[in-house]
Amino acid sequence: MASDSPAADRREFMLRVLRLGGLSAATIGAGAWLHYRSDRPKESEVLVADRRTGVPADPNLPEMVVAQGESPEALVRRAVETLGGMRRFIARGDVVVVKPNIGWDRAPEQAANTNPQLVAEVVRLCQDAGARTVIVTDMSCNDPRTCFERSGIAAAARAVGAQVVLPDERKFRQVNLGGEVLTAWPVLEPFLTADKIINLPIAKHHSLTGCTLGMKNFYGIIGGQRSRLHQRINESLVDLTAFARPTLTIIDAYRVLMRGGPTGGSLADVEFKKTLLAGTDPVALDSYAAKAWWDLDYQRLPFLRMAQARGLGKMNFEEVRTSFLTV
Amino acid sequence: MRLTQTTLVRVRRVSQAVFLAAFFVLLFKSEFTGSFRGASGQVSLPWPVSIFLEADPLAGITTAIATHTLYRGLWWSLVILVPTFFLGRFFCGWMCPLGTLNHFFGSLRSEKKRGKALLDSNRYKPWQAIKYYLLAAVLASSVFGAVLAGLVDPIPLTVRSLALSVLPGLNYTSGALLDVWYESPSRWARLGADAAQFLFQGTIVSFRQPHFRQAFFLGAIFIGLLALNLRVTRFWCRAICPLGALLGLASRWSLVHLKKDPGRCDNCNRCLVHCQGGDDPIPGPKWRKAECHLCFNCVGNCPTSGIAFSVGPLDSAATTIEAPQAQRRKLITAMAAGVALVPLLRSTTGLEVEADPRLIRPPGALDELHFLERCIRCGECMKVCPNNALHPTFMEGGLEAIWTPVLVARVGYCEPNCVLCSQVCPTGAIWEITEAQKLGRPAATPARAGVASPPEASNPIKIGTAFYDQGRCLPWAMATDCIVCEEWCPTSPKAIYLVTADVADADGNRKAVRRPYMDAKRCIGCGACEFACPVKDQPAVYVTSVGETRSKTNQFILPPAPKR
Repeated sequence: MASDSPAADRREFMLRVLRLGGLSAATIGAGAWLHYRSDRPKESEVLVADRRTGVPADPNLPEMVVAQGESPEALVRRAVETLGGMRRFIARGDVVVVKPNIGWDRAPEQAANTNPQLVAEVVRLCQDAGARTVIVTDMSCNDPRTCFERSGIAAAARAVGAQVVLPDERKFRQVNLGGEVLTAWPVLEPFLTADKIINLPIAKHHSLTGCTLGMKNFYGIIGGQRSRLHQRINESLVDLTAFARPTLTIIDAYRVLMRGGPTGGSLADVEFKKTLLAGTDPVALDSYAAKAWWDLDYQRLPFLRMAQARGLGKMNFEEVRTSFLTV
Repeated sequence: MRLTQTTLVRVRRVSQAVFLAAFFVLLFKSEFTGSFRGASGQVSLPWPVSIFLEADPLAGITTAIATHTLYRGLWWSLVILVPTFFLGRFFCGWMCPLGTLNHFFGSLRSEKKRGKALLDSNRYKPWQAIKYYLLAAVLASSVFGAVLAGLVDPIPLTVRSLALSVLPGLNYTSGALLDVWYESPSRWARLGADAAQFLFQGTIVSFRQPHFRQAFFLGAIFIGLLALNLRVTRFWCRAICPLGALLGLASRWSLVHLKKDPGRCDNCNRCLVHCQGGDDPIPGPKWRKAECHLCFNCVGNCPTSGIAFSVGPLDSAATTIEAPQAQRRKLITAMAAGVALVPLLRSTTGLEVEADPRLIRPPGALDELHFLERCIRCGECMKVCPNNALHPTFMEGGLEAIWTPVLVARVGYCEPNCVLCSQVCPTGAIWEITEAQKLGRPAATPARAGVASPPEASNPIKIGTAFYDQGRCLPWAMATDCIVCEEWCPTSPKAIYLVTADVADADGNRKAVRRPYMDAKRCIGCGACEFACPVKDQPAVYVTSVGETRSKTNQFILPPAPKR
């Protein structure tokens, strides 16, 4: 071994003292650093989304179109034409999110989800108008995998080249919805990054709100514990519509679930109305549909009044420029 | 001769790898990915995910004893059993997934298994007879209608442990890693995370994170079993496995024998170093055929060709013990224990006397007596349920029913159009049903316009009934509108109906609220209401087992007389 000279011993000793000094300094330093950054754990970052998905109003064009006819595809084509054509809404290169109702594990004839033929046609119209990507998605209530398949929407959308996005746990971001009742909620990502949003609900009965149409369809953009929204359902609907700001609303009333909504099930509750509503005023559209099939006056539906008060549209559908078509 | 026998070792390794891989692939595929079976629109799985369980001879024999039938795919077990008569325990050495896992962990370096200790640990030990006693006990209890074999049968045990514990744990880990990756500010990192999720989707990354009750204990037991191999190679296979015992019994007259040539042997003991079965391949003692797993490590290692396997009649009883060795007295004791267990378990309350409200069985499940004659606690139904609704019981069904499936609506409800659990059940404890049978009327099919209206719902399968806790329900107790339960109720017409009431809120204002009521005649007990109820810790509407179609006694509604 090395000589045990006193010089070597002293050197060993000095090295050891230095090491101890370093170790102590590092430990105390780390402790101090940890101590001074000690803070109560914060909630994860909440985004504030900058949403610009609307198009300017045009006084020469109708704000609402009511179309009746045999073919859902022809209905939506003519209706959108009357509103100024899809190019009025979709610009070349846009990322468009089409939001049908894919909420429940039901087949198309049970009228609990949007008609898949209609979804496919809307996707085609967007692509023809020059959209770069068309995304079809919804946060289903039942298992999304069954809902997307049994509704026929996933297959129909994929067949025309849309990007079908299943809402798995990782695709949500905490966002401040900036509403009266709704503040921080997880929102499905495509809705945050889209250039344009097309709301594509189906008209159904609902025990709490009388009917579920366009405004209620926006439940499908959020995740989290949505069951709590029912306590302030009217304010929640308005908050969601105000946040989503649809570019275009198209209400599927080809098959209407007249009773037992929103889940339905029995074909006896479905009636063929062979109608389609389209427009830029989400409030007026809902108001018209509520009156047309459930004889509900807009004065009796608080969410319409609140929506008008917030500047989202007109609750009296007779005040908007409407075109009636037979296709 | 020696070359051929070394090749056998290599082929055996490939076989083990292939079957283990197949086992894992089928386990991963036991998950609904959104595919429907053709035009009928029935939710189904395209892969034969239960084939390992169906080919399990112990499951086949115990359920056959208990029910006097061989359900559906269980006859595949003959594909394993009959060749065993001729060849011996090839299943243990070449196919069994737990055997392969045990083999792997046994081959890891271990402090306790070194040198002389290793050689000694691979000698035949009298405690290897315990598996025959266990086999006797489970066979005896099957005679009396309790298929407890599932608790110790290696295939259900492995499926259960991996599906309910290990794979969800792996999913959690991969999920946590992906989450960190996704939060990254770098766009490339997020793209990488997307790619990783796409690659591993369907294997260690599920569509949703599964959670199972008792997952920790099931995982700990499994890891404990694997860890035992560090002390004694293939301890489970040698000492505990009743399937191994059954196959050992079945190889009594097999034609494959280990021939020993003591003249060539130089006592190097290499044959003993990697012996898997503890069957004494060394030249001194007799070779124990019932313990041998046919791994061929012994002949593969022997440098002098002192031992060799050959096919043909046994030429000397002096060198081989063909039958399993177990003491008769202990066998009888074990059988008696198996026999005595059943009446003792059945005479406690439960079963017919004290129906447990929490024991909500999957739709298609037979009545409890017949259910317990079949359920091997494989956990396949729990794995496949897309809503994560099924969980292993603890005491809900009594001690006898431990680890059988129960629906926990707070975690997941039963999707009305889904019959996956009945499709994957290998033994018929959940008898295979169609969607039409479950709904009590034809199911609607996707994308077919103009379907004529079918007759109204006649007799759907009910798994329980929902009840309201009016002290917790928002409209009932807090003058607040809600009715998420009614919204979610999937029956048509809905089993939940609303009555408007005039109430006062906390500030004294009068308002109208809609109060939910349950129509028990229409309720199918799916649990969607309980799942959706916003009072998360203890829902204001909850399902209990009463009213379940499968039970004649657990009923409270008097049905109207059938129309003539």
